Amino acid sequence: MSLARRSLARSIAAHAVLITYTVIALFPVFVIVVNSVKSRRAIFADPLAWPTAETFDPVGYQTVLRQGDFLLYFQNSMIVTVASLFFVLLFGAMAAFALSEYRFRGNSLMGLYLALGIMIPIRLGTVVILQMMVASGLVNTLTALVLVYTAQGLPLAVFILSEFMRGVSDDLKNAGRIDGLSEYAIFFRLVLPLVRPAMATVAVFTMIPIWNDLWFPLILAPSEATKTITLGSQVFIGQFVTNWNAVLAALSLAILPVLVMYLIFSRQLIRGITAGAVK
Amino acid sequence: MAGRRAVRWHIGVFLAPAVLVYTAIMIVPLLGTLNLSLFARGEEGRVFVGLANFATLFGDPRWSGAFWNALGNNAWFFLIHMLVQNPVGVALAALLSSPRLRMAAFYRTAIFIPTILSFVIVGFVWKLILSPIWGIAPGMLDGIGLRSLFAPWLGREEYALTTLALISVWQFVGIPMMLIYAALLSIPDEVIEAAEIDGITGWSQFRKIKLPLILPAIGIISILTFVGNFNAFDLLYVSQGALAGPDFSTDILGTFLYRTFFGFQLQLGDPHMGAAIATAMFGIILLGVCVYLFGIQRRLRRYQF
Repeated sequence: MSLARRSLARSIAAHAVLITYTVIALFPVFVIVVNSVKSRRAIFADPLAWPTAETFDPVGYQTVLRQGDFLLYFQNSMIVTVASLFFVLLFGAMAAFALSEYRFRGNSLMGLYLALGIMIPIRLGTVVILQMMVASGLVNTLTALVLVYTAQGLPLAVFILSEFMRGVSDDLKNAGRIDGLSEYAIFFRLVLPLVRPAMATVAVFTMIPIWNDLWFPLILAPSEATKTITLGSQVFIGQFVTNWNAVLAALSLAILPVLVMYLIFSRQLIRGITAGAVK
Repeated sequence: MAGRRAVRWHIGVFLAPAVLVYTAIMIVPLLGTLNLSLFARGEEGRVFVGLANFATLFGDPRWSGAFWNALGNNAWFFLIHMLVQNPVGVALAALLSSPRLRMAAFYRTAIFIPTILSFVIVGFVWKLILSPIWGIAPGMLDGIGLRSLFAPWLGREEYALTTLALISVWQFVGIPMMLIYAALLSIPDEVIEAAEIDGITGWSQFRKIKLPLILPAIGIISILTFVGNFNAFDLLYVSQGALAGPDFSTDILGTFLYRTFFGFQLQLGDPHMGAAIATAMFGIILLGVCVYLFGIQRRLRRYQF
């Protein structure tokens, strides 16, 4: 068998496996979105069919948009996620730089202290967190959520980023020092751009749990004005359990924003990963 | 002597924001919780009882049955992730990273999509799909002539936990895939070229060259899976409720903690027993992380390129 033919067969096999898995991954999303625009009868009669002119019926969306306040929920989720992400990346990278760049007393102890949080579910402290937020008047504010998510995201960010920062060449940093750059300039102008791929990775892994969290919005910010989209759709699904059109439409609307955000973000992520690897 | 080196203020400036936020919002509340576990409700306010709550949790038949059940279920949940999620993730990453593969970006994005969905969506979607009422799953099995295999998987004690673990695997397989993919891409071309010149290609190239190089990444994924699984709560809560039905067959430490801490239909919340469970979970996770750090990571050579 020639080498070319073998590699063709191999590439067909690879595509077959990947397509199969892609179908498995996307199937539930497909089922929900397709059925959300069908009439109730069609949802049950033929759940796997595309909507046709006869079966098309946007009544679910009408119900959801009349009842729910999805735009406000979406905005709340967006604010919380972006703000937390910003603080996690900035503070995390700063701490990671301090830990990986300088030798000082208590260095590895400090690293261990910060890494502890990777395995501590911040939820275990919920009762005390709630007491603190009540005491400081932060209950039912988005600030409370941003604080909690920043604390939650920092350990993993510090851990991953300091691994990457150890890989940044010392010669480069020392050349910067000889040229009279301050430590801050070395961090912001030399090191940060070089660890961008790692930042993108951290950003994706930090963003997802924040966006999807149900627990803390439910406890710390359940008011109508501060509901996140996850909480909003959960409450909505709970109320309309028998109205299948509305439930499917609500699910689709909850999937859509995070899907769009991910599609925008994933280019960044993939560019980051590949740029980091090719260099 | 030229005098001591100047105080390096910048180290403090770099560290301070992270350490302050982390300590105030995470460590202090956690210590507060551990502290709660040493008390119990008394006649007038709370009384110090030392480790009595733990003795109750591990030994008292009213509590220990539920605890060991939750722990066993949790171990099974983790085992399925290790046996299914991580090998599948590595395999997908290996396929994706093969050079000249077209549409790699599309596959990568598509397979990662379930990971970005919230538990609320995932739990509800799979409940709908697997429900005998809607009949998507039975209908599809009918289509390939296997209708007899269908069972209400989420409603049967013997299948429910495994089904939920597989749903969780479906959701999170993108994470090992992405991490391994990045690790595979960071293997320098020279190494691969050298292997190819020596005639090592395909499967044996993966096994002999790439696998040893990505072992540290696999180690990190394993410990992240462990920590994630022993903290799991949302998926089980969203799909099976706080009672982790049917008949507690899907009860894991997270749901057990929730019920104890906040109470549910049949009992009042008990913050002190809840704190004791939280502390036990903390201990289990700590043990796993120590095994990883001192038993496994030490043996993995770090390759520097």
